[in-house]
Amino acid sequence: MTGNSFSVSGYGPERAGWTRLFARDSLARRLDWPILFAALALSGIGSLLVFSATRNRTEINQGDQYYFLIRHIMNTGIGFALMIGTVWLGHRALRTAVPILYGASVFLILMVLTPLGSTVNGAHSWIVLGGGFSLQPSEFVKITIILGMAMLLAARVDAGDKPYPDHRTVLQALGLAAVPMLIVMLMPDLGSVMVMVIIVLGVLLASGASNRWVFGLLGTGAIGAIAVWQLGILDDYQIARFAAFANPSLDPAGVGYNTNQARIAIGSGGLTGSGLFHGSQTTGQFVPEQQTDFVFTVAGEELGFVGAGLIIVLLGVVLWRACRIARETTELYGTIVAAGIVAWFAFQSFENIGMTLGIMPVTGLPLPFVSYGGTSMFAVWVAVGLLQSIKVQRPMSA
Amino acid sequence: MTNIPETGRTPRVQIRLIVIQILVLSLLGTLGGRLWYLQIREGDAYAKEASGNHVQQVVEPAVRGSILDARGVPIADNETRLVVSASRTDLLKMKDDGKAVLTKLAKVLGMKPAEVMQKVRLCDAETPQPCWNGSPYQPIPITDEATAKQALQIRERAEDFPGITAEPEAVRRYPSPGKANTAQVLGYLSPVTDEEITKAQDTDSPYLRSDQVGRSGLEREYDKELRGKAGVTRYEVDNLGRVIGQAEADEAQPGANLVTSIDSRVQRVAEYELNDAMKEARKQFDDNTGENYKADSGAVVVMEAKTGRIVAMASNPTYDPNAWVGGISAKDYKKLTGKDSNYPLLNRAIQGQSAPGSTFKVISTAAAVEAGYDFDGRYPCTSSYSVGGQVFKNFESENFGPINLGRALEVSCDTVFYGLAHREWQRDGGINPKKGEPKDYFFKAAHQFGLGKTTGIDLPNEVTGRVPDRQWKQAYWEANKDAWCKTGKKDGTYVEKISYENCLEGNKMRAGDEINYSIGQGDTMVTPIQMATIYAAISNGGTLYNPTVGKAVVSADGKSVDEIAPKSHGKLPISKTTLAKMDDALAGVATRGTAAWRFAQVGWPQEKIPMHAKTGTAEVYGKQTTSWFATYTKDYSIVMTISQGGTGSGASGPAVRNIYDALYGVSDDGTINKKNALLPTPQKGLPKVRTDGTIKSPKVAKDPAKQQRVSQEGAPKPEETTLAATVGQPTSGNRNTRRRRRRRGSRRMCT
Repeated sequence: MTGNSFSVSGYGPERAGWTRLFARDSLARRLDWPILFAALALSGIGSLLVFSATRNRTEINQGDQYYFLIRHIMNTGIGFALMIGTVWLGHRALRTAVPILYGASVFLILMVLTPLGSTVNGAHSWIVLGGGFSLQPSEFVKITIILGMAMLLAARVDAGDKPYPDHRTVLQALGLAAVPMLIVMLMPDLGSVMVMVIIVLGVLLASGASNRWVFGLLGTGAIGAIAVWQLGILDDYQIARFAAFANPSLDPAGVGYNTNQARIAIGSGGLTGSGLFHGSQTTGQFVPEQQTDFVFTVAGEELGFVGAGLIIVLLGVVLWRACRIARETTELYGTIVAAGIVAWFAFQSFENIGMTLGIMPVTGLPLPFVSYGGTSMFAVWVAVGLLQSIKVQRPMSA
Repeated sequence: MTNIPETGRTPRVQIRLIVIQILVLSLLGTLGGRLWYLQIREGDAYAKEASGNHVQQVVEPAVRGSILDARGVPIADNETRLVVSASRTDLLKMKDDGKAVLTKLAKVLGMKPAEVMQKVRLCDAETPQPCWNGSPYQPIPITDEATAKQALQIRERAEDFPGITAEPEAVRRYPSPGKANTAQVLGYLSPVTDEEITKAQDTDSPYLRSDQVGRSGLEREYDKELRGKAGVTRYEVDNLGRVIGQAEADEAQPGANLVTSIDSRVQRVAEYELNDAMKEARKQFDDNTGENYKADSGAVVVMEAKTGRIVAMASNPTYDPNAWVGGISAKDYKKLTGKDSNYPLLNRAIQGQSAPGSTFKVISTAAAVEAGYDFDGRYPCTSSYSVGGQVFKNFESENFGPINLGRALEVSCDTVFYGLAHREWQRDGGINPKKGEPKDYFFKAAHQFGLGKTTGIDLPNEVTGRVPDRQWKQAYWEANKDAWCKTGKKDGTYVEKISYENCLEGNKMRAGDEINYSIGQGDTMVTPIQMATIYAAISNGGTLYNPTVGKAVVSADGKSVDEIAPKSHGKLPISKTTLAKMDDALAGVATRGTAAWRFAQVGWPQEKIPMHAKTGTAEVYGKQTTSWFATYTKDYSIVMTISQGGTGSGASGPAVRNIYDALYGVSDDGTINKKNALLPTPQKGLPKVRTDGTIKSPKVAKDPAKQQRVSQEGAPKPEETTLAATVGQPTSGNRNTRRRRRRRGSRRMCT
């Protein structure tokens, strides 16, 4: 790399700065570039897909075909800045701020339940800020749950007191996660709750907590799902979505419509797709929510197996690197945070793409980096920042 | 602390992290696999579904081709009419399912509200006609006879008539040139059904929702050619049906025109004469049944002898083919298909079958010669023939003593054929034939003459008739023996006795069966078209032609002319010399035999136009006799039959003679007036096609049949008469005609 030649021939103050940046063990050298590139590529592809899905939709783009494209790029930019900020602060610094962040995010989701919140697609999980901007606080909660649980679970272990978190700590951590999850369930935003459950599971696994907790949680989840179904806690629209998932031809013009049209769009793409901006399903707006939850169908139709497969591969790169970071960091705190992020990204991607492919029920979850949506974009980039920070920071001297 | 490795993590965590990693990758792998399945494996199916999703078709129906007669006169074409239609989908959206609107509409159209509602209901198993058997999504025509005023009323008050449209449309018309209605030959159209659309979906000529489909006759046989291809404009639309993409358009290709060999003038003459002959027959008293002849149905075929082309084909009772245009009314439908209708939709020339009577004797003669009997030998023509106590009478002639086969044909001597058939039956082993195949010359000949199977005419649903040979007897016995054995009584009524006998040995060829068969009685069934084909073959030297009505398919632009060449389906099993002798004998029938009183004795110019004929009178148990008359000249073969009409020459003779008079321009006194001849030689070539694709057609007289009769008599006729040919048009008789017929000889003479 050029960094070597700079370090050899480096003289003068300016070059010395570059040298330092790329010197062995420098920050830039230690950053996880594959994750960064993959995340940027996903966001870039996402902006094209969002553009394709929205450029002709005058009823939502306010007559400006670039409306969503510009906002998606802006969101990516803000997200990128948030990532840099996160790396700058470092996850250890953030560790001390976790109680504040946690409190703030819980406060925000409580706000959603007040008249300030508004309902989009049956889920009362938004705070509309005006000017076309809105906030979905449950996205931030995903991060604060990870950070909060990691803080509690890793505290005694990282201090060297114990090899594994004890039962009391696990209970505390679960309680910490349960509070926002219950609030989100009240919205109801079932998709986010599902993601949080998976996050909790990932965090517990990575923390080294007793197997009993892991299996206990799995069992509780199963019982909870049955209870939710039986007790009629789900709204009609949610039951309808699940029914349509089980049998998409049940009501092809009604709730089954989304999944059917999504599958037709993707299936018709073939190997190479119809070409960007040339998808008839996309142009004809047969797939609803195509710039957000169903953005993958645009890729499927217009970019074909090659393009849609690339998205999966890029997500794979992010997840693979994140797993490595979790394995290689020396502190349990970092491990737990990275594993929580892996669980989050993996499940959310699988659920989102899976529902467009008809192998998962429809829930309102965005595809990380690709889907249009500010809060989600900020959250995933902050998560990337956390991963980078874990990778970058050296082990604390014992 | 010692058990914590340097990474700060325990093996348990490490293992779990690897498990997470594997889990994550397998999830992504699942997505990839599913993606491959949808896009690569099932991609084509989804692509097809997607294109159906966003493409809307606008269909511009093709103009259906015309059907023309041999000179280019249209016998089926199109006209523009104001069609009032109702959209069922719109009507069903209303609170009362559109009843109020339809009632209002009925008032404007001057129809009964119930009538209008019947037209818009959908056909199903329990709904009788009238009902709509087309697509429920297509506008349903209520009337195609709206006046301009009615159409205006509907269009100006569109808000009062939601779902109702009044538009000019091209609809089928059967103009009946010179009153020739040609109904059963033309057939009719009705809307395509859902099943047909699905069935034809992947063929090279799929149906469109708006299509009318030929249901019988030429309309059905040549449906594909006549239909053309509807113009389809495909618009890409979005989920709300808004047009977003550029249009892909296939222009409508109008259907081809069908030129037929029908001469509408001769057709009119044939229809008129058939109807007149039947009316005449109904005035005659039948001694056997003690009441007038019923003459319930009849058919006549005029065929070109050398090609098998049909010049005229009439079936009676008949109907007005225009009744079907724009959806048939309940009343009309009942009239055409009800129990009391006598089924005018049947084309009795190809779908009516009965025993052929003595017209069958040409086949028996050929069979006898094949079997080794000398044509010129002497065979006793006695007044009756007895076998085992059963007496077979010589129905149609007297005792002529020993005569040759030619004379036997001339005088239609039954006993000559009885004797020959009986001897052959004995030679084949009698009631229990010897081992090995019986020769069955008489049955074999019938098959070789093309009986027992269709002639292959280009009209749908031709029936085969029946040759009652051993195979058939066996099959028939197996199907019916239980019933026979149940009802049969040894000493019961006639029917019970017959059943008893049939039960015992109905599967065997009895002497009486073969004897009856030899003169065309008993279980033998033939169609008029089969007989016309056979007599045409005798005329042309022995070739059995597939009869054809279609002569050429001319594309709408006139650039492609696809001629339909005559095809043969066999040769008569007769040598040239025998054929010549048979030809002489059949000429003898017209000059000194059973048909002489219809030809030679009443001024037929036999030297100029040699006429050949054979009469036939078939017995039908429980009914009056069927009249058969089979004739030919060197150019034409004409066969007429009238069910329950009396004798061959008696009932059908005058009509056939009149058709010949019209063809050749023969007057009553035997002079030939070329000017009056409609078609002295068969029409050669096709009508002229103009450069724009239209076809030149001559003018047709108002009623060629009337004109012919006048010219034949050579006297002006003051009285105008109408035709009883069409259903719902009661007619009066023509007195002049009757008087003239009487001059030609008494009906009670010989037959």
